[in-house]
Amino acid sequence: MHQIIVWTPPGRNAVAAVRAPSQPRRRRPRRYGALALLRHGLSGREWPRAWSEHPLRDRYDVVIIGGGVHGLAAAYYLAANHGITDVAVLDKGYLGGGGSGRSTAILRSNYLTPEGVRFYDRSMQLYRTLAADLDYNVMFSRRGHLTLAHNDSSLRTMRWRAEVNQLQGVESEVIGPDEVKRLVPYLDTSEHPRYPILGALYHPPGGIIRHDAVNWGYARAADAYGVHIHQDTEVTGIDVAEGRVRGVRTTRGDIATRVVLNATAGWSTLVAALAGVRLPIQTFPLQAAVTEPVRPFLHAVVVSGTLHVYVSQTDRGELVFGASVDPFAAYSTRGTLEFAEGLATHILELMPGLSRMRLLRQWSGLCDMTPDFSPIMGGTEVEGFYLDVGWGTYGFKAGPVSGEAMAQCIATGRTPEIIEAFGLGRFGAGELVGEKGAAAVGH
Amino acid sequence: MILIRCPWCGPRDAGEFHYSGEATPRPEPASAGPREWRDYLYFPANPRGQVTETWYHRMGCRRFITVERDTDTNESRPVPGGPR
Repeated sequence: MHQIIVWTPPGRNAVAAVRAPSQPRRRRPRRYGALALLRHGLSGREWPRAWSEHPLRDRYDVVIIGGGVHGLAAAYYLAANHGITDVAVLDKGYLGGGGSGRSTAILRSNYLTPEGVRFYDRSMQLYRTLAADLDYNVMFSRRGHLTLAHNDSSLRTMRWRAEVNQLQGVESEVIGPDEVKRLVPYLDTSEHPRYPILGALYHPPGGIIRHDAVNWGYARAADAYGVHIHQDTEVTGIDVAEGRVRGVRTTRGDIATRVVLNATAGWSTLVAALAGVRLPIQTFPLQAAVTEPVRPFLHAVVVSGTLHVYVSQTDRGELVFGASVDPFAAYSTRGTLEFAEGLATHILELMPGLSRMRLLRQWSGLCDMTPDFSPIMGGTEVEGFYLDVGWGTYGFKAGPVSGEAMAQCIATGRTPEIIEAFGLGRFGAGELVGEKGAAAVGH
Repeated sequence: MILIRCPWCGPRDAGEFHYSGEATPRPEPASAGPREWRDYLYFPANPRGQVTETWYHRMGCRRFITVERDTDTNESRPVPGGPR
């Protein structure tokens, strides 16, 4: 029988002990203003790289494993908010090659638990001003988010969610089929389908964003503060001595460090195991697909939990579909025909008019599912080893707030209140969060 | 198509089965405390590679079977001596 992990937060920790924060020196990258873009476009010169490459140093104050939106955001906020710039972000592949680049990039904050709503709403706030903060067009498009109800019990849950949301100051309301039809005319709101639409939870601030731009924007802004971004650098070991992190071993050499943040998805249990930390996570693939581009006709993001499908139209005109996680755990990212068939059946039930659309491609990403559909954030029993994992199917929308909270956690050595409910200790203590507003999971 | 090798029915499409998770031995009910139960419930091994699992063949023999599967390639084989 395994020993269960019970962790109590140490008083002082991490970087606070490493070095006192100083004012960060920021090298201003080339501005991406309209005039600058026009001038450069006309000049015909090569565009400079958005972030630079560095040799791998043998010592960093903070090492972040995982170059996705979470890792890059944490690096950026460590530098921008706390003046900690001696940071390395390591990725075994390329930036945003994991969940961040495979996400369907839907943003919303209409969750079910007050902890969840507060948390994701902070992320929405950061996303709203992200383009200006990073000087990078992240193409955030607020277009409204509809969660359809096909039976009485889901309508009941939506009323509950709307109440919780409104209490937290988040725009969210339950609307009837007529209003749904007005917002999305192509939906079949008649009584004929097998699962007729009885109503929907309408969340006007929800929308979509260009996920790659978010990754690249954070990478560029962090790089400007002096953060080192190392792609093609796989972590092969984490050195722990006397209960504290001493360094990491990578395919490009060893690094001495006192702080390591595990910001990986899909491989988070394997990375945590390198430091001897067990996680309550099982890895499931989640598939998504995209159609050929068509004229804009779908403004809102439409989600149906009963039919396990969500759809939005990108600015380029493609329809992006997502579904629920695959029915069994795996690390394989191969797409299946069953997924494409099931997706087509379900989406045609909602929008019969799409029957002539052609799927362009499908792909799969890895989701780290926790027992309570909530992430695991904060410290561990290994001093200096931090977690920002277990992001299941909802990691992308939480990128900015997670980065901000983890940066604060690492810089101050204390767990910020906004992520207190998400500690690893909750599984040993039996205090699960129970977030049933999560996407793409059957409840 | 992903095949699960049922010891009774042979190789069949994974869609015929219900996945019930890693085949971890259940704690002894008479002596196990909350910690053992939580560990059993919440902390799977989640390996990348070979894992021993329980599947229910809901559209076939309707039996719980034990299968060894590679989580990277989805290659599977029945475990001899498992519950059948």
